[in-house]
Amino acid sequence: MSVHKINPNDWINQYSDYLFNYTITRVKDRETAQDLVQDTFFAGLKSMKNFKGEASERTWLVSILKRKIIDHYRRINSKKGQAEVRVNFSADSDNEGSWIEERVADPFDRTAEDTIENTELGLAIHNCISKLPAKQAQVFKMKSLLGYETEAICNELDITASNLWVIIHRARTAIATCLEKNWF
Amino acid sequence: MSNKKRLFIPCDEANHTCDKTQYHEASLWEKIKLNIHLIYCRACRKYTKNNTTLTKLIKNDQVECLETSEQNQLKNAFERELAKHK
Repeated sequence: MSVHKINPNDWINQYSDYLFNYTITRVKDRETAQDLVQDTFFAGLKSMKNFKGEASERTWLVSILKRKIIDHYRRINSKKGQAEVRVNFSADSDNEGSWIEERVADPFDRTAEDTIENTELGLAIHNCISKLPAKQAQVFKMKSLLGYETEAICNELDITASNLWVIIHRARTAIATCLEKNWF
Repeated sequence: MSNKKRLFIPCDEANHTCDKTQYHEASLWEKIKLNIHLIYCRACRKYTKNNTTLTKLIKNDQVECLETSEQNQLKNAFERELAKHK
Protein backbone atom coordinates (compact mmCIF):
# COMPACT_ATOMS: atom_id res chain seq x y z
CA MET A 1 0.00 0.00 0.00
CA SER A 2 2.78 2.41 0.73
CA VAL A 3 3.07 4.99 -2.03
CA HIS A 4 6.05 6.80 -0.62
CA LYS A 5 9.33 5.11 0.09
CA ILE A 6 11.78 6.20 2.72
CA ASN A 7 15.39 6.66 1.81
CA PRO A 8 17.51 8.38 4.45
CA ASN A 9 20.61 8.59 2.26
CA ASP A 10 19.12 11.47 0.33
CA TRP A 11 17.60 13.34 3.21
CA ILE A 12 20.34 15.88 3.73
CA ASN A 13 20.62 16.88 0.11
CA GLN A 14 16.93 16.98 -0.48
CA TYR A 15 15.40 18.41 2.64
CA SER A 16 18.01 20.11 4.80
CA ASP A 17 17.50 23.52 3.20
CA TYR A 18 13.75 23.26 3.24
CA LEU A 19 13.68 22.23 6.88
CA PHE A 20 16.28 24.82 7.80
CA ASN A 21 14.26 27.57 6.20
CA TYR A 22 11.17 26.31 7.96
CA THR A 23 12.97 26.41 11.29
CA ILE A 24 14.80 29.69 10.92
CA THR A 25 11.55 31.58 10.40
CA ARG A 26 10.35 30.17 13.69
CA VAL A 27 13.36 30.29 16.00
CA LYS A 28 15.41 33.21 14.57
CA ASP A 29 18.74 31.74 15.48
CA ARG A 30 20.96 29.91 13.03
CA GLU A 31 22.62 27.59 15.50
CA THR A 32 19.45 26.55 17.24
CA ALA A 33 17.82 26.00 13.88
CA GLN A 34 20.71 23.83 12.77
CA ASP A 35 20.51 21.76 15.93
CA LEU A 36 16.80 21.31 15.56
CA VAL A 37 17.14 20.17 11.97
CA GLN A 38 19.81 17.71 13.00
CA ASP A 39 17.63 16.41 15.84
CA THR A 40 14.81 15.98 13.37
CA PHE A 41 16.91 13.87 11.05
CA PHE A 42 18.09 11.70 13.93
CA ALA A 43 14.58 11.26 15.25
CA GLY A 44 13.47 10.41 11.74
CA LEU A 45 16.10 7.69 11.54
CA LYS A 46 15.02 6.24 14.84
CA SER A 47 11.38 5.99 13.90
CA MET A 48 11.89 5.02 10.30
CA LYS A 49 10.03 1.79 10.92
CA ASN A 50 6.91 3.72 11.82
CA PHE A 51 6.83 5.51 8.50
CA LYS A 52 3.72 4.23 6.77
CA GLY A 53 4.19 5.89 3.44
CA GLU A 54 0.90 7.73 3.60
CA ALA A 55 2.55 11.12 3.39
CA SER A 56 5.66 12.16 1.53
CA GLU A 57 8.97 11.96 3.32
CA ARG A 58 9.16 15.71 3.57
CA THR A 59 5.73 16.08 5.16
CA TRP A 60 6.69 13.41 7.61
CA LEU A 61 9.97 15.11 8.51
CA VAL A 62 8.24 18.48 8.86
CA SER A 63 5.79 16.99 11.32
CA ILE A 64 8.72 15.73 13.42
CA LEU A 65 10.37 19.11 13.13
CA LYS A 66 7.24 20.86 14.38
CA ARG A 67 7.38 18.77 17.56
CA LYS A 68 11.05 19.59 17.97
CA ILE A 69 10.38 23.30 17.67
CA ILE A 70 7.59 23.14 20.24
CA ASP A 71 9.87 21.21 22.58
CA HIS A 72 12.54 23.83 22.08
CA TYR A 73 10.22 26.62 23.18
CA ARG A 74 9.03 24.62 26.18
CA ARG A 75 12.62 24.13 27.25
CA ILE A 76 13.66 27.78 27.07
CA ASN A 77 10.45 28.85 28.71
CA SER A 78 11.01 26.70 31.75
CA LYS A 79 14.55 28.04 32.02
CA LYS A 80 13.37 31.60 31.97
CA GLY A 81 10.89 31.02 34.75
CA GLN A 82 7.59 32.68 34.93
CA ALA A 83 8.72 36.29 34.86
CA GLU A 84 6.08 38.45 33.40
CA VAL A 85 6.35 42.10 32.60
CA ARG A 86 3.27 44.21 32.31
CA VAL A 87 3.51 47.69 30.92
CA ASN A 88 0.88 50.08 32.06
CA PHE A 89 0.92 53.35 30.24
CA SER A 90 -1.81 55.23 32.01
CA ALA A 91 -0.13 54.98 35.43
CA ASP A 92 2.66 57.27 34.32
CA SER A 93 1.10 60.70 34.32
CA ASP A 94 4.09 62.48 32.80
CA ASN A 95 3.87 60.55 29.61
CA GLU A 96 0.14 60.51 29.41
CA GLY A 97 -1.10 60.49 25.87
CA SER A 98 2.30 59.99 24.32
CA TRP A 99 1.80 56.25 24.11
CA ILE A 100 -0.60 56.76 21.27
CA GLU A 101 2.26 57.76 19.05
CA GLU A 102 4.14 54.60 19.90
CA ARG A 103 1.12 52.58 19.01
CA VAL A 104 0.51 54.08 15.60
CA ALA A 105 1.12 51.58 12.84
CA ASP A 106 4.29 52.20 10.93
CA PRO A 107 3.35 52.15 7.26
CA PHE A 108 6.82 50.94 6.33
CA ASP A 109 6.81 48.16 8.83
CA ARG A 110 5.94 44.64 7.77
CA THR A 111 2.45 43.58 8.57
CA ALA A 112 1.60 40.14 9.87
CA GLU A 113 0.31 39.18 6.45
CA ASP A 114 3.59 40.13 4.83
CA THR A 115 5.55 38.06 7.29
CA ILE A 116 3.40 35.00 6.79
CA GLU A 117 3.59 35.45 3.07
CA ASN A 118 7.36 35.73 3.20
CA THR A 119 7.69 32.61 5.30
CA GLU A 120 5.63 30.64 2.87
CA LEU A 121 7.49 32.13 -0.03
CA GLY A 122 10.77 30.91 1.38
CA LEU A 123 9.39 27.41 1.52
CA ALA A 124 7.95 27.68 -1.97
CA ILE A 125 11.34 28.72 -3.32
CA HIS A 126 13.11 25.85 -1.60
CA ASN A 127 10.49 23.52 -2.89
CA CYS A 128 11.24 24.69 -6.43
CA ILE A 129 14.98 24.49 -5.90
CA SER A 130 14.70 20.92 -4.68
CA LYS A 131 13.07 19.98 -7.99
CA LEU A 132 16.09 21.14 -9.96
CA PRO A 133 18.88 18.77 -10.98
CA ALA A 134 21.47 18.59 -8.20
CA LYS A 135 24.14 20.58 -9.99
CA GLN A 136 21.81 23.43 -10.94
CA ALA A 137 20.44 23.56 -7.43
CA GLN A 138 23.90 23.75 -5.95
CA VAL A 139 25.14 26.48 -8.27
CA PHE A 140 21.98 28.50 -7.92
CA LYS A 141 22.10 28.32 -4.15
CA MET A 142 25.73 29.34 -3.97
CA LYS A 143 25.22 32.21 -6.35
CA SER A 144 21.87 33.60 -5.29
CA LEU A 145 21.33 32.66 -1.69
CA LEU A 146 24.84 32.53 -0.29
CA GLY A 147 26.12 35.29 -2.55
CA TYR A 148 29.39 33.70 -3.64
CA GLU A 149 31.49 35.38 -6.32
CA THR A 150 31.37 33.86 -9.78
CA GLU A 151 35.05 33.02 -9.66
CA ALA A 152 34.81 31.34 -6.28
CA ILE A 153 32.06 29.04 -7.52
CA CYS A 154 33.95 28.28 -10.72
CA ASN A 155 37.02 27.30 -8.73
CA GLU A 156 35.17 25.22 -6.24
CA LEU A 157 33.11 23.26 -8.75
CA ASP A 158 35.73 23.31 -11.49
CA ILE A 159 33.57 24.80 -14.24
CA THR A 160 34.06 27.72 -16.62
CA ALA A 161 32.30 31.04 -16.22
CA SER A 162 30.18 30.60 -19.35
CA ASN A 163 29.23 27.15 -18.11
CA LEU A 164 28.13 28.71 -14.85
CA TRP A 165 25.97 31.30 -16.57
CA VAL A 166 24.26 28.64 -18.64
CA ILE A 167 23.48 26.68 -15.47
CA ILE A 168 22.24 29.82 -13.74
CA HIS A 169 20.07 30.68 -16.71
CA ARG A 170 18.45 27.25 -16.77
CA ALA A 171 17.94 27.24 -13.03
CA ARG A 172 16.35 30.68 -13.05
CA THR A 173 14.01 29.81 -15.87
CA ALA A 174 12.98 26.59 -14.15
CA ILE A 175 12.43 28.28 -10.81
CA ALA A 176 10.46 31.11 -12.36
CA THR A 177 8.17 28.64 -14.12
CA CYS A 178 7.82 26.56 -10.99
CA LEU A 179 6.97 29.58 -8.85
CA GLU A 180 4.52 30.80 -11.44
CA LYS A 181 2.66 27.52 -11.15
CA ASN A 182 2.78 27.18 -7.38
CA TRP A 183 2.94 30.66 -6.02
CA PHE A 184 1.48 33.46 -8.11
CA MET B 1 33.48 36.55 -29.91
CA SER B 2 30.92 39.11 -30.97
CA ASN B 3 31.92 42.50 -32.17
CA LYS B 4 31.83 44.88 -29.26
CA LYS B 5 30.61 47.81 -31.32
CA ARG B 6 27.41 46.08 -32.42
CA LEU B 7 24.36 47.84 -31.11
CA PHE B 8 21.72 45.22 -31.76
CA ILE B 9 22.25 41.92 -29.97
CA PRO B 10 20.49 38.57 -30.43
CA CYS B 11 18.11 37.26 -27.78
CA ASP B 12 20.45 34.73 -26.21
CA GLU B 13 23.01 37.42 -25.55
CA ALA B 14 20.30 39.66 -24.12
CA ASN B 15 19.23 36.89 -21.76
CA HIS B 16 22.79 36.32 -20.71
CA THR B 17 23.23 40.01 -19.92
CA CYS B 18 19.95 39.97 -18.06
CA ASP B 19 21.15 37.08 -15.89
CA LYS B 20 24.34 38.95 -15.16
CA THR B 21 22.43 42.10 -14.26
CA GLN B 22 20.62 40.15 -11.55
CA TYR B 23 23.95 39.76 -9.79
CA HIS B 24 25.23 43.23 -10.67
CA GLU B 25 27.92 41.83 -12.89
CA ALA B 26 27.01 43.37 -16.23
CA SER B 27 29.01 46.32 -17.54
CA LEU B 28 27.40 49.62 -18.48
CA TRP B 29 27.79 48.97 -22.20
CA GLU B 30 26.17 45.54 -21.83
CA LYS B 31 23.27 47.09 -19.96
CA ILE B 32 22.81 49.71 -22.68
CA LYS B 33 22.72 46.99 -25.31
CA LEU B 34 20.26 44.99 -23.27
CA ASN B 35 17.94 47.96 -22.94
CA ILE B 36 18.09 48.68 -26.65
CA HIS B 37 17.19 45.06 -27.25
CA LEU B 38 14.30 45.25 -24.81
CA ILE B 39 12.77 48.17 -26.73
CA TYR B 40 11.84 45.94 -29.63
CA CYS B 41 11.81 42.39 -28.22
CA ARG B 42 8.70 41.44 -26.33
CA ALA B 43 9.84 37.96 -25.34
CA CYS B 44 12.97 39.28 -23.67
CA ARG B 45 10.99 41.98 -21.93
CA LYS B 46 8.90 39.26 -20.36
CA TYR B 47 11.97 37.24 -19.41
CA THR B 48 13.61 40.27 -17.87
CA LYS B 49 10.50 41.07 -15.90
CA ASN B 50 10.24 37.53 -14.53
CA ASN B 51 13.91 37.41 -13.77
CA THR B 52 13.84 40.68 -11.87
CA THR B 53 10.85 39.54 -9.87
CA LEU B 54 12.63 36.35 -8.96
CA THR B 55 15.66 38.29 -7.75
CA LYS B 56 13.45 40.51 -5.62
CA LEU B 57 11.78 37.49 -4.07
CA ILE B 58 15.08 35.87 -3.24
CA LYS B 59 16.54 39.07 -1.79
CA ASN B 60 13.80 38.84 0.75
CA ASP B 61 15.43 38.06 4.07
CA GLN B 62 13.12 35.18 4.81
CA VAL B 63 14.80 32.98 2.26
CA GLU B 64 17.58 31.32 4.17
CA CYS B 65 19.72 28.38 3.38
CA LEU B 66 22.52 26.41 4.95
CA GLU B 67 26.11 27.30 4.23
CA THR B 68 28.00 24.57 2.43
CA SER B 69 30.16 23.98 5.49
CA GLU B 70 27.13 23.78 7.74
CA GLN B 71 25.53 21.31 5.41
CA ASN B 72 28.66 19.16 5.34
CA GLN B 73 28.81 19.20 9.10
CA LEU B 74 25.22 18.06 9.22
CA LYS B 75 25.93 15.40 6.64
CA ASN B 76 28.83 13.98 8.61
CA ALA B 77 26.88 13.82 11.83
CA PHE B 78 24.01 12.23 10.00
CA GLU B 79 26.12 9.58 8.34
CA ARG B 80 27.62 8.57 11.65
CA GLU B 81 24.12 8.17 13.01
CA LEU B 82 22.97 6.36 9.90
CA ALA B 83 25.73 3.79 10.25
CA LYS B 84 24.39 2.87 13.67
CA HIS B 85 21.02 2.04 12.21
CA LYS B 86 22.14 -0.27 9.47
